[in-house]
Amino acid sequence: MEHAIWNPQFETMPRGEIEQLQLERLQATVNRVFRNVRFYGQMFEHEGLVPEDFGTFEDLRKLPFTTKADLRSAYPYSMFALPLREVVRIHSSSGTTGHPTVVGYTRNDLAHWTELTARNLVAGGVTKDDVVQVFFGYGLFSGGFGLHHGAEAIGASVIPVSSADIESQVKVMQDFRTTALIGLPSYALQIAQAIEQGDVDPNSLCLRVGVFGGEPWSEARREEIEQRLRIRATDIYGLSEVGGPGVSGECECRCGLHISEDHFIVEVIDPESLEPIADGEPGELVFTTVAKEAFPLLRYRTGDVASVTRERCACGRTLARMSRIHRRTDDMVIIHGQNIHPADIATVIADIPGVGGAFRLIVDRVAGKDTLEVEVELSSDLSDDTVSAIERTDNDLTERLSRTLGFELQVRLTEPRSLTANGEKSAQVVDRRSV
Amino acid sequence: MSTLLRLASVNAFHGPLHALKSVSLHVNRGEIVALLGANGAGKSTTLNTICGLVSARDGTIEYEGKDISSIGPAPIVSAGLTQVPEGRQIFGELSVRDNLLMGAYLRLRRRDGKAVAADIDQAVEMFPILGERMSQRAGTLSGGQQQMLAIARALMSRPRMLLLDEPSMGLAPLIVKDILRVVSDLRQTDGTTVLLVEQNAAAALKIADRGYVMETGRIVLEGSSEELSQDREVRRAYLGKDYDEI
Repeated sequence: MEHAIWNPQFETMPRGEIEQLQLERLQATVNRVFRNVRFYGQMFEHEGLVPEDFGTFEDLRKLPFTTKADLRSAYPYSMFALPLREVVRIHSSSGTTGHPTVVGYTRNDLAHWTELTARNLVAGGVTKDDVVQVFFGYGLFSGGFGLHHGAEAIGASVIPVSSADIESQVKVMQDFRTTALIGLPSYALQIAQAIEQGDVDPNSLCLRVGVFGGEPWSEARREEIEQRLRIRATDIYGLSEVGGPGVSGECECRCGLHISEDHFIVEVIDPESLEPIADGEPGELVFTTVAKEAFPLLRYRTGDVASVTRERCACGRTLARMSRIHRRTDDMVIIHGQNIHPADIATVIADIPGVGGAFRLIVDRVAGKDTLEVEVELSSDLSDDTVSAIERTDNDLTERLSRTLGFELQVRLTEPRSLTANGEKSAQVVDRRSV
Repeated sequence: MSTLLRLASVNAFHGPLHALKSVSLHVNRGEIVALLGANGAGKSTTLNTICGLVSARDGTIEYEGKDISSIGPAPIVSAGLTQVPEGRQIFGELSVRDNLLMGAYLRLRRRDGKAVAADIDQAVEMFPILGERMSQRAGTLSGGQQQMLAIARALMSRPRMLLLDEPSMGLAPLIVKDILRVVSDLRQTDGTTVLLVEQNAAAALKIADRGYVMETGRIVLEGSSEELSQDREVRRAYLGKDYDEI
């Protein structure tokens, strides 16, 4: 079978040439951030490093990691490597509480981004003849725009439905004869359900392929999506901090996601010891961007756990592959495609009188839809334990949390010390969804 | 496409001055690659280091997959890598013809005389003005003609790769255009690979496929010519535009 490859020059480049290009671009990036990003300038100085100390990939290990917390404290623009007059686009991570992370793109960055998502979409089976329905959100979140431009570059007919309601999605899918879906896998399942429940004949649909990402999804989930929507589904990966979607994507062999290594250097580390982990073994993914102009990052810890292999793939691509994401290193959960850190919820709860600090997140999926219940322990020194006072606390919490997270959720107040009964905190997140 | 010339983390010194700081670059077969940057950025030093005129303290310099970092200038020319030096450096007292013959010195020693004569004819075809001035002293040629002679002389060694150092320096814009067109034609007709050092970024990026930007001994940008022409920093610093104009 002929494997479609968007950019054979880079996607099938001999390993030696990829590594040479990575080294060149890494050194150029290091030279720029050293001078232009105060955070890195100070980091280098603190470590006693100058840019020319980076002669090999191993030298990268001399540098400390960059974390989400670093990006947050740089809010909004301190990590930009170029002045704003050179930035033509700004996206922001789905920030819940605290500062979100802000990412800028130059004109060249946008062109690269288009190129990268086009690679992933072609690898996932999208062609110029497809009618592509994108149901990732178009907004601050980088998902919609990033994949939109890639699909357009391929020459597909792109419908930016964005995060419209399910009924509109199904109507567009029917009327516009959509052949390819791009979005969250959980949302694809909700669409499947709506199709099954509505009076839509699945045989009247033209769906062919789906390219999904933005949250972890299992092989079982993939099978379910494929059967219910009668499509072939592939996985893509990206995170807004390193540029959004386009970091990696599966090819039709579905044996890992090809990382566009001409743009990203991947490392896998033990999240505890921070030591490098051998190819094939799971660990935390760490990315260094080597072609970003506005927002380059060195050794960014993703919190995502996967393994990496550099063995050649049957599709002909020479780019390294990462496994699908195994799990997170932290207790972040993705609900409705949005990253939720328990720490974000803690800051909201801390502001509400009458409740203690302990809480628990129960995440579930009902009828294909993510649900969140927040169990919050009442304070043991509750001054006003009348029903109306407790009800007020409940309402207050529900309102504040929904507003912060941007979606509806349930709050359940529990007896004092019920969540901290054994003197130790219970798990903060219970995820009942089968991903 | 395969790599013809490859530098990885090359450091070089001019006396105590750290002139090249971990410089890595590559040129693929048949490519024209521009090396841009301000005066003193290390562009010419990079070329001189590749040619063996300046020795690299460490790092890798490979031509056709072979290490050339310590073989010296003559074997490098024999291997097909020829530099056209900055400021032409032709032999002013010699005739145009003798200058061309000097370029084929290594080949003449190999008694390759017939082919050399044919190549002189080809050089004349490429630069007709040199044919008219064949017996004239090279020092009496105009700047543009001297640059043409320098390139023609370099071609006499039948290089597979040309290292061109500031061919536009001191020349009128129209002549610069002519000379760069010849460089571009060379790639078309003979598949000659070119590493082109230029301060005139606009002219260089017009004929180059890719480019690198150097600053104080370091490479700070790599990209296609299209990307580099888009880069506002490049446009400001090397295309001579003010921010208001961009």
